[in-house]
Amino acid sequence: MMRFGKLGIMVLVLALMTALVVGCGTADQGDKDAAKDKAEEFKVGFIYIGAPGDAGWTYAHDQGRIYLEEKIPEVKTMTLEYVPEGGDAERSIEQLAQEGCKVIIANSFGYGDPILEVAKRYPDITFLHCSGLKTDTNVSTYFGRIYQARYLSGIVAGSMTKNNKIGYAAAYPIPEVVRGINAFTLGVRSVNPDATVKVVWALTWVDAAKEKAAAESLIDAKCDVLAQHADTPAVQQAAEEAGILSIGYNSDMSKFAPNANLTSPVWNWGPYYVRAIQAVMDGTWKSEEYWGGVEDGIVDLAPISDKVPANVKQLVADKKADIIDGKWDVFTGPVKDQSGAVKVPEAQKMTDAEMLSFEWFVEGVEGTIPK
Amino acid sequence: MYKVRMVRREHNSMWVEVIVPIMSIILAVAFGWLFLSWSGHDAAATYMRMLNGAIGSKYNLSETVVKAIPLMLAGLAVSLAFRMKLWNIGGEGQLYMGAFAASGIALACGDMSAWLLLPLMLLAGFAAGAIWGGIPGVLRAYWQVNETITTLMLNYVAIFWVSYLVFGPWKDPASMGFPLSARFSLNAYLPVLGTTRVHLGLIIAIIIAVLFYIILNYTRWGYEIRVSGESQEAARYAGINVTRNIILVMLISGGIAGVTGMIEVSGITHRLQQGISPGYGYTGIIVAWLARLNPFAIILVAFLFGALLVGGFGIQTMGISYSIVLILQGAVLFFLLAGEFFRKYRIVLTKGD
Repeated sequence: MMRFGKLGIMVLVLALMTALVVGCGTADQGDKDAAKDKAEEFKVGFIYIGAPGDAGWTYAHDQGRIYLEEKIPEVKTMTLEYVPEGGDAERSIEQLAQEGCKVIIANSFGYGDPILEVAKRYPDITFLHCSGLKTDTNVSTYFGRIYQARYLSGIVAGSMTKNNKIGYAAAYPIPEVVRGINAFTLGVRSVNPDATVKVVWALTWVDAAKEKAAAESLIDAKCDVLAQHADTPAVQQAAEEAGILSIGYNSDMSKFAPNANLTSPVWNWGPYYVRAIQAVMDGTWKSEEYWGGVEDGIVDLAPISDKVPANVKQLVADKKADIIDGKWDVFTGPVKDQSGAVKVPEAQKMTDAEMLSFEWFVEGVEGTIPK
Repeated sequence: MYKVRMVRREHNSMWVEVIVPIMSIILAVAFGWLFLSWSGHDAAATYMRMLNGAIGSKYNLSETVVKAIPLMLAGLAVSLAFRMKLWNIGGEGQLYMGAFAASGIALACGDMSAWLLLPLMLLAGFAAGAIWGGIPGVLRAYWQVNETITTLMLNYVAIFWVSYLVFGPWKDPASMGFPLSARFSLNAYLPVLGTTRVHLGLIIAIIIAVLFYIILNYTRWGYEIRVSGESQEAARYAGINVTRNIILVMLISGGIAGVTGMIEVSGITHRLQQGISPGYGYTGIIVAWLARLNPFAIILVAFLFGALLVGGFGIQTMGISYSIVLILQGAVLFFLLAGEFFRKYRIVLTKGD
């Protein structure tokens, strides 16, 4: 019988360790010169709720970050991914402030309290809070009227459905999501008054498994076009597998479902970031509640699939032009709720405040908003 | 022919107790070092930044403590049940129930003086957590229902209950439909240390650790718990009321997890919302085991764990993706837990058949 002495093992391991440390340590020199131009840098920090790899919400923001770095060469960005909305957010925002960021951008509504807290301590730093509620002298909120792009995608879906059953995998029952479902449904029914939109709540912002399960329940309900308010391409993939059609969200999702995907309402944050950061650099920035639409390019529709007939594409282009010209917006009366009661009278437009607190579905939506 | 055998260590010298964890950490860092170098990052700078992010400044140190407080309490909570070999995996749900009850008091009695309101919230948090731990306790004590499953399942009930409240009846009318409760009145805020976010929860955790130490080591009841953990048959034979002790231990274990929820809403978020806990109830289980269920070791391990989480998270600004952060943190855990094996067993090579 032979036993390794404890000491023997230790010596072996320590020797190995030393070799590793010495081996790797020498490679990490240089790059000292890079520190020289740091003085000219304008640092911008990003707080992300997810990761850029999700092809969804954070991906779209990260495309904006890359665009910003390209357009303004002095800008150097840093990011923190997967920042939870609970107790960890304040520390993460503070870290970006301590690391010298002049502008801090946060991409989820739940960061509101911590942003305002840190903003009080750093009056010279500008904070941009996506989908936020509250502003301060150095805190802006910003968002886009994605509902306009959703309406346009509804025109496509309504034209392409064969059995008039359209499915919608939705994240959470909050006004932002309800507004999107309503706009989409109005778009569908503008070309196809017999079609209905069936809503299933996935109860997640980003979870491919749950999103796919929601999509499959809609497929089981015989829907032949699926739309989504969800981050991952799971709904698109489910539609592709089932051989039906789909509408994406956040970014152009056609590459995930080349046969199913018809188009996607997309975010285009880059130009807004460039405008806001340029204004901060020029000293002209003022706190605001920004809510831009297709006229600003912050929201748009991804290229429409060749499966869609030219006359439908033309219709989408015409509607888009009307919105850009300010002639018309999505929630212009008459708009009826699910019971058929007129909620927005003929020729009246819903106000922003009404749209931001949407808590009812329009006629044509099948589903309920959990209260 | 040599055969490899694992032989249980009968007595551990201090040397093994100390050297194994240290070696584990060294190996974890070596692994991370290789990985960072291989993926084109500066390993030395990364580990320095990690250390700096955890304890490098007064602010960073305070934030590590802030992160450690719920881990201390969650670790203490489950450790008591584990002493009796009751597998309370429900710390997360008990935490959420505690947060729910404490928030209910804070929202209903915001005008009350802090001297009355905070103890009331603490009591409510404890009670709600105790009920959530007590239900599986009663089921286990009287009908032998497996508490691992019941405590785990009740986690989902509790988390969805809180979601229901913040999406429904407790939604702040001023939140434009976003799922948040109204903000608590200032009376419901736990006192903090200076300008930091380190709150009274730290003192509460330390008091509970001291109490646990005294109870387990110097009281008859503590002795009963330990004996019941070793063998319920023997405990019954010795006249110990095991049924009562199972229920009592699950009540207290759940109650302290409930206190964890209370201090998070009262000390940190100041309102009820989803994601009050990013899994503290589960991480507490790892903390408790790494600390070998010793109450004071739990305080220390929770702090080190907080440092690992806080310091690790921050290195992202060096251009390191969150996935790599998780790999580095996971490596530390993996090597520490693997080290536990070598602490309990030694490898023996035997010759022949």
